[in-house]
Amino acid sequence: MSEQQVKKTPAVKQPRQDMPRQDPMVRKHNFSEVALGYTEEMALREASRCIECKKQPCSKGCPVNVDIPAFISLIKQKDYPGAINKIKETNSLPAVCGRVCPQEDQCEKYCTLGIKGESVAIGRLERFVADAAMAAGKTGKPALLPATGKKAAVVGSGPSGLAVAGDLIKKGHQVTIFEALHKAGGVLVYGIPEFRLPKQIVQTEVDYVAGLGAEVKCNFVVGLTMTVDELMTEAGFDAVYLGNGAGLPYFMNIPGENFNGVYSANEFLTRSNLMKAYSFPGNDTPIKVGKKVAVVGGGNVAMDSARTAIRLGAEEVYIVYRRSHAELPARKEEVENAEEEGVIFKLLNNPVAIIGDDKKWVKAIRCQRMELGEPDQSGRKKPVAVPGSEFDIEVNTVVIAIGQGANPLVASTTSALNTNKWGYIVTDERTGATSRPGVFAGGDIVTGAATVILAMGAGKIAARSIDRYLKDQPLLTAEEEAAAAVQDKK
Amino acid sequence: MARIKVKKTLAPGVRQFVVDAPLIARKAKAGQFVILRVCGEGERIPLTIADSDAATGELTIVFAEVGETTTKLGKLNAGEEILDLVGPLGKPTHLEKFGTVVCIAGGIGAAPVHPIVKALRKAGNEVITIMGSRNKDLMIFEEELRKVSSEVIITTDDGSSGRQGLVTEVLWELIEQGKKIDLVVAIGPVVMMQAVCHVTRDRCLPTVVSLNPIMVDGTGMCGACRVTVGGVTKFVCVDGPEFDGLKVDFDELKMRQRMYLAEEKRAFEEYKITCGGRC
Ligand SMILES: Cc1cc2nc3c(=O)[nH]c(=O)nc-3n(C[C@H](O)[C@H](O)[C@H](O)COP(=O)(O)OP(=O)(O)OC[C@H]3O[C@@H](n4cnc5c(N)ncnc54)[C@H](O)[C@@H]3O)c2cc1C
Ligand SMILES: Cc1cc2nc3c(=O)[nH]c(=O)nc-3n(C[C@H](O)[C@H](O)[C@H](O)COP(=O)(O)OP(=O)(O)OC[C@H]3O[C@@H](n4cnc5c(N)ncnc54)[C@H](O)[C@@H]3O)c2cc1C
Ligand code: FES
Repeated sequence: MSEQQVKKTPAVKQPRQDMPRQDPMVRKHNFSEVALGYTEEMALREASRCIECKKQPCSKGCPVNVDIPAFISLIKQKDYPGAINKIKETNSLPAVCGRVCPQEDQCEKYCTLGIKGESVAIGRLERFVADAAMAAGKTGKPALLPATGKKAAVVGSGPSGLAVAGDLIKKGHQVTIFEALHKAGGVLVYGIPEFRLPKQIVQTEVDYVAGLGAEVKCNFVVGLTMTVDELMTEAGFDAVYLGNGAGLPYFMNIPGENFNGVYSANEFLTRSNLMKAYSFPGNDTPIKVGKKVAVVGGGNVAMDSARTAIRLGAEEVYIVYRRSHAELPARKEEVENAEEEGVIFKLLNNPVAIIGDDKKWVKAIRCQRMELGEPDQSGRKKPVAVPGSEFDIEVNTVVIAIGQGANPLVASTTSALNTNKWGYIVTDERTGATSRPGVFAGGDIVTGAATVILAMGAGKIAARSIDRYLKDQPLLTAEEEAAAAVQDKK
Repeated sequence: MARIKVKKTLAPGVRQFVVDAPLIARKAKAGQFVILRVCGEGERIPLTIADSDAATGELTIVFAEVGETTTKLGKLNAGEEILDLVGPLGKPTHLEKFGTVVCIAGGIGAAPVHPIVKALRKAGNEVITIMGSRNKDLMIFEEELRKVSSEVIITTDDGSSGRQGLVTEVLWELIEQGKKIDLVVAIGPVVMMQAVCHVTRDRCLPTVVSLNPIMVDGTGMCGACRVTVGGVTKFVCVDGPEFDGLKVDFDELKMRQRMYLAEEKRAFEEYKITCGGRC
C-alpha cells in the first residue's frame, strides 16, 4: 500500500496488519519464536488505524489501564522511547505482555474499530515498541528515591514478584527477591516455551530489576530455607510480598496416571524450558516423547505442551478436551498455531483411564465421548458422558494439562496467614494486604492460575501498599489517596 | 554457590563432601535432602543430608558416582563451588521415644541413616543398626554409626566384613530371638527396602523407608517424584521422603526410577567420550 492510500483510506477500512510468523512446516522443527514481530513500516501502518476515540474503551479493557491511545499516538510520531515510557507508567513488562496477553479478551475486545471491523492490533504494537526499546538498549533507568532504610522481601520471581520489586526499589526501599528454582522468572521461564516467549526477554526483565538494585536470591525456598516468620523476625525484613504462584499440578485421579510416560504439564514444560531438555544430551536433563502424544486439557498450558511435543519430534499429537472448540480456554491465536502445526483436536472426549503395558509404560489413553448439556455455573455448557462410548487412543506419552492449584509450602509455614478452602491466600484485593500485618500477596497464589498481566497488576497494587506500610501510612487505594489529597487541599 | 571445604573418598566411587552452606545447615534436620546442580547445562539431582552443623555452617553429603551428574560432581575438588544448592527439602524424620528401633542401612544408605540414628538416640531410643554392603571395601560410615548406635551389626555379601549374608536375615533373627522391636527404619536400594518390608509386614512391625524417585524441582511443583502409598498418590519431595514402608508400591517406584535408563546411559557414554575430564 502506498503512503497516499494509507492517508486516503479511512482508518476503519484499512486492514489489520498481519503478524509475520515462521512457516508452520519450518517452525515445527525449531524452538525459535513463532511470531516475528512488526517491522517499523507495519507498526506505523497499524498505528495509523487507531482513531484515538475519546472514550478510550481499550484502556478500560486493560487490567492495568495502559493509556493505549496515547502510546499509539506516540508511535505515529515515531517517538518510540516516549511510547514505551507511556506503557511503563502502569505496565512493567511490556515485552512479555505484548506477546502473551490475551488481548482479544481485553483491550482489543473493546476497540471501537472492532465493532464493525477488525480492532487495532494493540498487543502487536506494544510488542513492537518494547522490542524497539530493548534493541536500542534503552530500557531507561528511572530515578530512585532516596534510601528509606526499610527492607522488603519478595517471595517468587514471576511477573508479580518482579513488578513489586521494581516499584519498591524506585521508592527507595531495599528489596530481596527469594526464588526457589535456580533461575528467576517464574512461569515465564519454566512454563511458557521459548517459541512463544524467548527466555532472553525474561532475563532482560530480571536483569533490569537487579540493575535497579534488587538482590535476586535463587535456590531459596521460603518455608524451608527460611520461613516468612524468620524473614521478619530474624532477617530484619519489614514487609514481605508473597508472589509464589500456583505451583501445584492437578492430576485427574484416574487409573494408570503413574505409568511411565505420563507427565504433568508442569514437569513436561519444566524439563523442556527450564532444563532445556530439547537439547539433550548437550543439556543433561532428559525428556521422553513418544511417536504419539496425548495432551489432556484445552488451555494455554495444553497448547504449549502439545506444540512442545511436536517440536520434540512427536509424529501425532492429540489435544483431548472434554468440551467443544468454542469452549477451548486457550487463546484463539494459540489454538490456530497448534492447528497449523498439525496438532489433532479430539474434542468432546474425556479420559477415563490410562492403559499401560506389562512394563508399566503408557500404551493408550481410554476416553469417553461427551455431549454438551445445560450450562453450568461458569455459564459454559456442561459436558455429559455418553454411556458406552469408551474407546482407546494409542499413545506413548500423556501430558496432563488440566490446571494447577495452590502449593501449600509458603502458607502452611507462615503464622496468622488466612487462606481459603482451596489454599489460596486471602487478601484485600484493593491493597494486596493479607490477614497478617506487613505481609502482602498477589498473583496466581491469590487468584488461582490466571494471567501475566493480572499477576503483574496485583504486584503494582501491593507495591503501593507496601510503600505506605513501610512509611507508617494507612493503606489506601490509588483512588482513596487521590480523594484524600483533594480533601487536604480544601 | 556452595564451596566445598573437604573432599574425601570413602570407598571406590563413593565420595563425601563437606560444603559451606550456612543457611541450609542452620535448618537441616534428619531425613531432609538437598538438590544440586553442578554446571550450567546440569541436571538437578537430590542428595540426602548426611550431617549438618548449624554452628560451623557445614553440610555433609555422600554420594555414589553412578551416572553423569554424580561423576561430574565427584570431579570437583575442595575449594571449588557447587553451582546451585537448595534445601533443606522434604519433611524431617518423625522423632519420638519409640523404645527399640532397628535402623537398616544398605550400601550408601549408611550415610543418610547416620543423622537419623543420631536423632533417634537423642530422643531416648535404643538403636540397633544393621549395615549391609557387597564387600568390606564398599562399607562406609561404619565408625560414625558405631559412635551413635547402641549396637551395630555388619553384613557383607561375600563375608569380607562382619557376617556373610543379607541385612534381612539379621532382622529375621532379631525377631525370632524375641527381641522387642518398636520401629524399623530402612534406607538403601529399593530392592532392599522392599525386602525389609516383606519381613516386617508379616509381623506388623511399623517400618519407615526413605524413597528416592526421580525429581526435578523438589518443591511439589512438577509431580515427577510421585509414588503410590496406601493407594494414594504422594509427592516424595514434599510429602516425604519418608513413608510407611508397609503401604508403599515399590514395584511402581522401581519402574519409575527406570524411566530414563536409555537416556541416562547415552548421556553418560557421551560424557565419558567428549568431556571425560572436567565439566
Ligand atoms: C504453560 C503456561 C502458559 C501460560 N500462558 C499464558 C499466556 O499466554 N498469557 C498469560 O497471560 N498467562 C499465561 N499463563 C499464566 C501466567 O504465566 C501466570 O498467571 C503468571 O505467571 C503468574 O505469575 P505469578 O508471579 O503469580 O507466579 P509465577 O509466575 O508462578 O511465579 C512464582 C514464582 O515463585 C516461586 N516460588 C514458589 N514457591 C516458592 C517458595 N516457597 N520460595 C521461593 N520461591 C517460590 C516459583 O518457583 C516461581 O518462580 C501461562 C501459564 C503456564 C503454566
Ligand atoms: C530424596 C533423595 C535422596 C537421595 N540421596 C542420595 C544420597 O544421599 N546419595 C546418593 O548417592 N544418591 C542419593 N539419591 C539418588 C541420587 O539422586 C541419584 O543417584 C542421582 O540423581 C543420579 O544421577 P546421575 O546423573 O549421576 O545418574 P543417572 O545415570 O542420571 O541416574 C542413575 C539413577 O539415578 C536415578 N536418578 C537419575 N536422575 C535423577 C534425579 N534427577 N533425581 C533423582 N534420581 C535420579 C535414576 O533412578 C537413575 O536410574 C537420592 C535420591 C533422592 C530422591
Ligand atoms: S520433584 Fe517436582 S514435585 Fe517433587
